[in-house]
Amino acid sequence: MNEPLSLPVLPTAPAEAGERIAPAAPPRSARLVASGVVLLALWYAVYRGIAPLADFLTYGVLRLARETPFSSAISFFLYEVPKVLLLLLLIVFGVGIVRSFFTPEKTRQVLAGKRESLGNVLASLLGVVTPFCSCSAVPMFIGFVTAGVPLGVTFSFLVSAPMVNEVALALLFGLFGWKVAALYAGTGLLVALVAGWVIGRLKLERWVEPWVYAIPAGEVGGDFAPPTWVDRIGAGKAAVKEIVGKVWPYVVAGIAVGAGIHGWVPANFMAGIMGKQAWWSVPLAVLIGIPMYSNAAGIVPVVQALLGKGAALGTVLAFMMSVIGLSLPEFVILRKVLRPALIAVFAGVVGTGILIVGYVFNFVL
Amino acid sequence: MKVKVLGPGCAKCKALYGEAAKAIASLGLEAELEKVEKLEEIMAYRIMATPALVIDGEVKSAGRLPSATEITTWLSAAGAKQ
Repeated sequence: MNEPLSLPVLPTAPAEAGERIAPAAPPRSARLVASGVVLLALWYAVYRGIAPLADFLTYGVLRLARETPFSSAISFFLYEVPKVLLLLLLIVFGVGIVRSFFTPEKTRQVLAGKRESLGNVLASLLGVVTPFCSCSAVPMFIGFVTAGVPLGVTFSFLVSAPMVNEVALALLFGLFGWKVAALYAGTGLLVALVAGWVIGRLKLERWVEPWVYAIPAGEVGGDFAPPTWVDRIGAGKAAVKEIVGKVWPYVVAGIAVGAGIHGWVPANFMAGIMGKQAWWSVPLAVLIGIPMYSNAAGIVPVVQALLGKGAALGTVLAFMMSVIGLSLPEFVILRKVLRPALIAVFAGVVGTGILIVGYVFNFVL
Repeated sequence: MKVKVLGPGCAKCKALYGEAAKAIASLGLEAELEKVEKLEEIMAYRIMATPALVIDGEVKSAGRLPSATEITTWLSAAGAKQ
């Protein structure tokens, strides 16, 4: 502020050097904010332009007749692909930045001192924002348990971390609207909270492999420098590269199939198979979902197209949750620290929660 | 110098091993590069996310793939100490 005056007053030379560098920083962060605003505005303009553009391409450029199966499939595809990819881009980038504020170590610190019920709530919420990949499930599990985080609270985290994720939210937001995305996030958190609480009540510590508890408790190694904003934006970009780079072909393929269904499959065709009346559709959706993983991104657009043909929303939500919340590879990884009986309980409790969500939405909505 | 890459064998763990090997070669360091895949040994470093890079017993990064520049900086700093 009073920078010219402060120069002779401040005694030490290194401090002055620091102060003199500081004024150079604002233009940089200002540039960062400005380019962020410009990019966001650009994103929004493009997003709003998709619908008219898809319409123009289908009927203006390709000169297709309106209301035919072919033209409605083409316009569906040209509209949904850029829309979902744009949402994926923005949400994955945003979540990447949010996650740079959280680390597994900090989350563990928060959870270590908590009682069970409050711990379950916090663990479910932190599961959404803490960086997590299923290949790190074991180190995280051990880190939590050895720090004194109750077993049930650890499970709340392990359920919510993969289930309420950015790809699922972006897909549901893009294809079903924000209400369904919010419903999914809310019920996903609830399933994680209750499943963890139930597992905690069952007192299953004896089914954790004994070597886990033999690891001495203590501070986690590696106390790293806090990231700067440049690092955080870098983390967002890295997330986009890694996640969007992996799922986009599935999204495009899924929407292509969805477009076909949209154009040619007769209305109410699915009502008998995935409709509210078919009680077995929810358990079937959960079972089919367990062995699927990253290809889920391609399944959702198909299911969305089917939904228009009479499938039920609860079935769709249950399917989505099962695909990413109960994954076979994760069970295999967790086998290193959990006895098969505990993995079975984990799958059973979470699966039951998902079934309840499916039925509630099918019959209440 | 002892350099260890901790990770049960995920894609990022392999990438980190490759980066570390490249950096050691380009710096011309005499270092022993080891891949640690056994969970019991990984957990002895008290990390909570893999992959992790350990140089002379010190955890330099965990849960991410550090940039080539970062790896080079850490390695040359550890090399200067010797």
